[in-house]
Amino acid sequence: MTLADIAQRLGLEVRAGADHLDREVTGGYVSDLLSDVMAHSEAGDLWVTLQIHENTVAVASLRELAGVILVGGREPEEETVKRANAEGVPILVTPLRSYEVVCGLIGAGVKGRAIP
Amino acid sequence: MSFTREFEIVGGDFASAGRVSTEIKAMLRGIGYPPDVIRRTAIASYEAEMNTVMYARRGSVRLGLEPGVIHLVFADEGPGIPDIGLAMQEGFSTATDEMRERGFGAGMGLPNIQRNADRLEITSEVGRGTRLDITVLTDEEAGR
Ligand SMILES: Nc1ncnc2c1ncn2[C@@H]1O[C@H](COP(=O)(O)OP(=O)(O)OP(=O)(O)O)[C@@H](O)[C@H]1O
Ligand SMILES: [Mg+2]
Repeated sequence: MTLADIAQRLGLEVRAGADHLDREVTGGYVSDLLSDVMAHSEAGDLWVTLQIHENTVAVASLRELAGVILVGGREPEEETVKRANAEGVPILVTPLRSYEVVCGLIGAGVKGRAIP
Repeated sequence: MSFTREFEIVGGDFASAGRVSTEIKAMLRGIGYPPDVIRRTAIASYEAEMNTVMYARRGSVRLGLEPGVIHLVFADEGPGIPDIGLAMQEGFSTATDEMRERGFGAGMGLPNIQRNADRLEITSEVGRGTRLDITVLTDEEAGR
């Protein structure tokens, strides 16, 4: 399942990294604590968060996440968009809340790691 | 083969925070280290860089590459850590409300470094600064 497929199914809008939507999404991680994401996310995860500032980009890039979904109608800060474009980190936005996004991801076939 | 390079880190500069670690990671990837080594080094470097930005006035990191070993030495001028054992506990944090709003302050940074490094040595002097010696072994057999 690519990021582009997921964006279309969930009606996500792209705010940065539009050139990288062919990335394969292999899992997901939901957290607003950056060190938690550093510790427990996996490469290829789609990160669901309400953090809109630029430090999220370094986390997504260093952990090789597939992309970031900002929930609840939040918009990335200008610096976040600049840095995400420079580092090739897709940022997508949605009015949906975290739980609804996760439900949508599961519906789209993105499985949780502990679920066989 | 032996290589060293030093990077400056500016305290309080959240806008640039993470750039040094991103550059270090790109270098390691260019050299062709195994993905697991790159991942562990990047996590340790990021957490140490963020701590320098969050708590210190200024600092630097020296990247040293030797056969089988990656060294990262972070040294900062700042408040220091009064109780290193306490600071190492997951959940302990003196992050400000403003930092917490931005998703920092889980008290997981130092434990993340410990978990990902093969060796971590912290020395600190209150009122002067903190030094982290991080070692990552790069031979695949030595990895975890
Ligand atoms: N370079 C440093 N100078 C001064 N104090 C530090 C430094 N690094 C860490 N500390 C102290 O150790 C505490 C724990 O650090 P740690 O990185 O584990 O968590 P945190 O930075 O508070 O939160 P997180 O890393 O999860 O965002 C910090 O809150 C701070 O009090
Ligand atoms: Mg920290």
